[in-house]
Amino acid sequence: MKIRPLVILPLVFVFALFALFGYALLSGVDPKEVPSALTGKALPGFQLASLQDENTVITREEIIGEPMLMNIWATWCSSCKYEHPVLNALSADGVKIIGINYKDERDLALKWLQDYADPYALDIYDPNGDLGFDLGVTGAPETFFIDSKGQVQYRYQGPITHEIWQQSLKAIYDEMV
Amino acid sequence: MFPEFGQFSLILAWVFSLLLAVMPLAGVVLKKQALQQTATALSWAVFFFLAVAFAILLHAFYHDDFSVAVVAANSNSALPWYYKLSASWGNHEGSMLLWVLLLSTWTVAVALFARTLTVELKGSVLGVLGIIAFCFLSFVLFTSNPFERILPMVPADGSDLNPLLQDIGLILHPPTLYMGYVGFSVAFAFAVGALITGRFDASWVRWSRPWTNTAWAFLTIGIALGSWWAYYELGWGGWWFWDPVENASFMPWLIGTALIHSQAVTEKRNLFKSWSVLLAIFAFSFSLLGTFLVRSGVLTSVHAFAADPERGMFILLILGFTIGGSLLLYAFNAAKIKTSGSFELVSRESFLLMNNILLVVIAFAVLFGTLLPLLADAFSWRKLSVGAPFFNSVFNFLMVFLLSLLGIGQLLRWKKHNKKGWRITLLIMLVSAVVIALILPWTLSGKLYWQVWLGMALVFWVVASLVNMVIERTRNSRSFIAGIRKAGVGFWGMWLAHLGLVVSTTGVVLVSNFDIEKDYRVEEGDSVQLNNYRFDVDRFQIIQGPNYVADRGVVSIYRDDKKVAEVNPEKRYYSVQGNVMTEAGIDGSLLRDLYVSMAEPLDDSRKVWSVRLQVKPFVSWLWWGAALMALGSIVSITDRRYRLKTSSASVEKTL
Repeated sequence: MKIRPLVILPLVFVFALFALFGYALLSGVDPKEVPSALTGKALPGFQLASLQDENTVITREEIIGEPMLMNIWATWCSSCKYEHPVLNALSADGVKIIGINYKDERDLALKWLQDYADPYALDIYDPNGDLGFDLGVTGAPETFFIDSKGQVQYRYQGPITHEIWQQSLKAIYDEMV
Repeated sequence: MFPEFGQFSLILAWVFSLLLAVMPLAGVVLKKQALQQTATALSWAVFFFLAVAFAILLHAFYHDDFSVAVVAANSNSALPWYYKLSASWGNHEGSMLLWVLLLSTWTVAVALFARTLTVELKGSVLGVLGIIAFCFLSFVLFTSNPFERILPMVPADGSDLNPLLQDIGLILHPPTLYMGYVGFSVAFAFAVGALITGRFDASWVRWSRPWTNTAWAFLTIGIALGSWWAYYELGWGGWWFWDPVENASFMPWLIGTALIHSQAVTEKRNLFKSWSVLLAIFAFSFSLLGTFLVRSGVLTSVHAFAADPERGMFILLILGFTIGGSLLLYAFNAAKIKTSGSFELVSRESFLLMNNILLVVIAFAVLFGTLLPLLADAFSWRKLSVGAPFFNSVFNFLMVFLLSLLGIGQLLRWKKHNKKGWRITLLIMLVSAVVIALILPWTLSGKLYWQVWLGMALVFWVVASLVNMVIERTRNSRSFIAGIRKAGVGFWGMWLAHLGLVVSTTGVVLVSNFDIEKDYRVEEGDSVQLNNYRFDVDRFQIIQGPNYVADRGVVSIYRDDKKVAEVNPEKRYYSVQGNVMTEAGIDGSLLRDLYVSMAEPLDDSRKVWSVRLQVKPFVSWLWWGAALMALGSIVSITDRRYRLKTSSASVEKTL
């Protein structure tokens, strides 16, 4: 039986693909790491009050300049409570995190930060979810990786854990630094 | 008791599918006609028991039988009856059952219409379909049983259907899409049947062409419905996101489009035979790949069902078996496929070849972009995903070539184009397309973008070519009407589908470059001017739906102080799951859509809102174009030659 080499090509290709899928299934790639429509694009502009002081207005231009994480959180979000100690630890390691308090009440948010410590370099109050709308946020917590030029490099949905940080997110952060 | 009957029926279907997978093919190998002839009866048996099982599932949903786990998880007593029924396929288990039911529907359709096939080929084709049915029925029974009960603690009420899915678009989208996906199994089975029986004359292609076209038409409609649904339901006004699951449906569509064209060459000219077999295998493989991507959770998407690696592994094994098996068969038998015949560079064959290359390249580029996150992970590159910019640039770039070639290719004759003066005709077409594309958008909008100019030049180029085709076909006839009749449904099917392509392209080009989108803070009585349109916010009110409460805006839209529309965007709160949904208020018309969506209430009285206003020119052309393509595909299969008794001998004689 004669087999032309070319006709084996599809078979080889398909098996390479299956190896990839098998690997993806077994290694448990986390599907929560959402490629955002914003990835690679500039962080949208905003004008929002500080959480601590409603008369202080914070804008996009004021916060960009160094690599940082932008964390969307709220007191009504139970996963945020779970994530909070991790953010505290990251902040202690020198990671700059901007907190966006999302569709929340100011008093509750401030009490939360008092009770569980404040890992955020800046606290922005977004009661109507304006910035969230522009970022395409679907729920809290979500974390956007923003580089020193103000470009969104990565988006992560769901609570960050120590494992996920070590396995994948740290590398992305390090690349931005 | 009913769900147990459903379970029992499912098991019977599974047993019969095993018989269908084994007996007819054993008959082919052993050359026993009696065994081959069991295929028809077995196909009907599988279909019957699957239909009973699915009817019982529908019954459980309709009557709120919350002792059934999928009903409890996906329905609610407050749901309107039609959403209760559609909820049966709005979940993983039920949709898989629907998938297999549709597969068996295609199988009995083949059994019914393919009466004149040789017993051997018919047995092989139905047997191959039986193998697929058996694989997926095993998957349903062992990993995704829709009849699983929650006993004895039956929930008092269900946890409701995801509000995103409570929509007419979502009632129709999955079954249509599955009809398309699963429909490619027939072309696949014919190709594998040809490989098994070793008969590669044009008869298998002539037999499978109507099935390919039908499946492709369903897939086209299914994709268009999904895009339309995303447009009005997600509230962003977008219509295509290059989301992994969208890509999963787009790849088989691209390969299926290539297959349609390649099969045309194989049927008419007995060329590209090996290639058609390969494409038929790949079209269905990409459909299966879509199933895998959606249900395994390896990629993330708005569509993804609950991720479950175990299910993913099961589907991967099925894929490995069916795709790997068929390609192995191909590798061993492709050498037997003899091709004779030749064609020149300027001929329809060579342009269809280029069409095929481009479509396959696009499909693989989409595959690459979709799987890049997985590749990057496997090779420990940085976490990486390419977004819409990658897909758009690759796709647009290649579409320029595809449309340019289409304008010429559809005018050419088979084998060798030797018509006098064809170069001059092309030149006239080219000049008029370029000039019209320059003048028309400029006079209408006063703006000039090179993207619009290029896109519209391509559109007018193909339109000129389509007009030219009609002139050529009718020129030598007694009358225009007689010429139109004489051209035949095959010609008109192609003509309509290509017209659909330019209609969709027009929509894409114009809406991408001319749409306007702005966010505003508005309260009752406010008035916002957006280009020629004035949006008056009349009032915000609260309304009570069957299973939700909604804030509804009443917005009147004026053009030159004349009221053109009133739209009612809504923000709905579904109480059972605590979900919030945005229902856009859309006034659609042929030339533009006016689109209003409510983002967030800005005060406690719920009378001040941030709203997004959009004017989207020609957006509906996207979907009308898809409808034309599907129509063209269906028109072309009404050709008489597909209904005639075509034994392979008579086909060979005609060639």
